Amino acid sequence: MQVPAPFEYQRAGSVDEAIALLARSGGDARLVAGGHSLLPMMKLRLARPETLVDINGLSDLEYVKVDGDEIAIGAMTRHVGVLESAVLAEHYRIFAEAERVIADPLVRNRGTVGGSLCQADPSEDLSAVFAALKGRAVIRSASGTRSVDLRAFHLGPYETVVGDAEIVVEVRVPIRPHTGSAYEKVERRAGDWSVAAAGAFVQLRGDTIDDVGIGMTAVGAAHFTCEEAEDSLRGGPVSPEAIDEAARICGQRCNPSADQRGPVDYKRHLVSVLVARALTRSVARARGEAA
Amino acid sequence: MRVTLTVNGAETTADVEPRLLLVHYLRDVLGLTGTHWGCDTSNCGACTVWLDGVPIKSCTTLAAMADGHEVRTVEGLASEDGLDPVQQGFVEEHGLQCGFCTPGMMMTARALLDRIPDPDEATIREAISGNLCRCTGYENIVRAIRWAARHEAERTSEEAAV
Ligand SMILES: Cc1cc2nc3c(=O)[nH]c(=O)nc-3n(C[C@H](O)[C@H](O)[C@H](O)COP(=O)(O)OP(=O)(O)OC[C@H]3O[C@@H](n4cnc5c(N)ncnc54)[C@H](O)[C@@H]3O)c2cc1C
Ligand code: FES
Ligand code: FES
Repeated sequence: MQVPAPFEYQRAGSVDEAIALLARSGGDARLVAGGHSLLPMMKLRLARPETLVDINGLSDLEYVKVDGDEIAIGAMTRHVGVLESAVLAEHYRIFAEAERVIADPLVRNRGTVGGSLCQADPSEDLSAVFAALKGRAVIRSASGTRSVDLRAFHLGPYETVVGDAEIVVEVRVPIRPHTGSAYEKVERRAGDWSVAAAGAFVQLRGDTIDDVGIGMTAVGAAHFTCEEAEDSLRGGPVSPEAIDEAARICGQRCNPSADQRGPVDYKRHLVSVLVARALTRSVARARGEAA
Repeated sequence: MRVTLTVNGAETTADVEPRLLLVHYLRDVLGLTGTHWGCDTSNCGACTVWLDGVPIKSCTTLAAMADGHEVRTVEGLASEDGLDPVQQGFVEEHGLQCGFCTPGMMMTARALLDRIPDPDEATIREAISGNLCRCTGYENIVRAIRWAARHEAERTSEEAAV
């Protein structure tokens, strides 16, 4: 039987209270959102916080909405809320495509956007999605609010820029006209973590790629992306050759590990195939074609 | 700490350690052993119960997190009128063998039918993809849920006709 080590349980009734409770515990406290990453780690004693601050009461952090020229997603939005969001379906199909293959419906009823990003698992799917879309996280502490580019958010596996007495309150993604996006994941079985996955958006001006974003997960890509591949596409014409070249660069530049999900050369190959598919479908969607 | 949970409509309260998982609160404190405890790693779904109307894995939720909230377990499926159509469907269509996955499977199925009364096979399979069954191969589970959906639709139209 797996049982967490003892801890003190606190409930936050507001963001300010959550921050105050974290600050009072001086680094030995952890927020618990869905708990679907933290509790398993506590059961295995890989995490032993002395205090848990439960933020499930912060329902004001559960929303997906258009805010100016951005989409704002509250940190407590559950996976299922992202999956079923009409706003996201309209602007970025990548979200529903990624969410459909994150864990299973029961986990998706509980796991949150904030928890997913803050867990910083190197195989996290939403990290790749937000890296592709060049989103930013809004982080609050006692001294105020700061905003961090998602591509600078992760410091490494299981490590982020979020401080001991800080809380992610929101994630924001720019709305882009003439844009398509897509997500491609290969998993061993339903509900499993990726062998490899890739997401993309493509913004078109005529037949020229105005802007592009590529995200990858589970393959050791620095900051879940590959700027060299993006640069090779940006400003150029759309062509299968250009997409294949960008996909090749992604496969080459990522840094997968051999594990029970497959050897390195297989994963590199998979990355190239998935990036090419995601880009191709993004282009088609940007053109308003079915894809 | 003292927690108070409404379980199947009845208020329950107990002094528990904050680290007590909801599945153990239900089974060991309340004696509601219908909720099964399988993998302990958030994978199998045998421990599925509803929290405020939403099916979740109770091995990955603290009893403390459910304090003040409503939980529904398999013991809360049947009513005075008899078995829930989902339970009856599992009987009619032979939806279980060893029965270990069944309580979790039925809680997920009930939630599905409340949201989508007439799900097709793909929708059912997707909905139960967090509930693992080692015995049946899922065919009869899908049939059982379809049976419940059909039965409920018939009952609704009969009621409308009266
Ligand atoms: C069986 C299973 C399969 C899964 N498969 C996948 C998969 O295929 N792909 C995938 O991407 N994920 C997968 N996951 C992970 C799942 O998506 C988790 O729910 C998610 O990663 C964590 O979200 P949470 O809300 O549960 O976070 P929690 O476990 O509550 O928290 C995780 C970490 O984030 C911190 N935290 C939480 N919220 C905040 C906040 N607002 N501000 C600052 N810090 C915060 C916590 O302190 C903790 O350190 C799987 C999980 C399970 C159990
Ligand atoms: S016992 Fe909870 S998911 Fe297996
Ligand atoms: S009937 Fe045995 S596990 Fe499903």
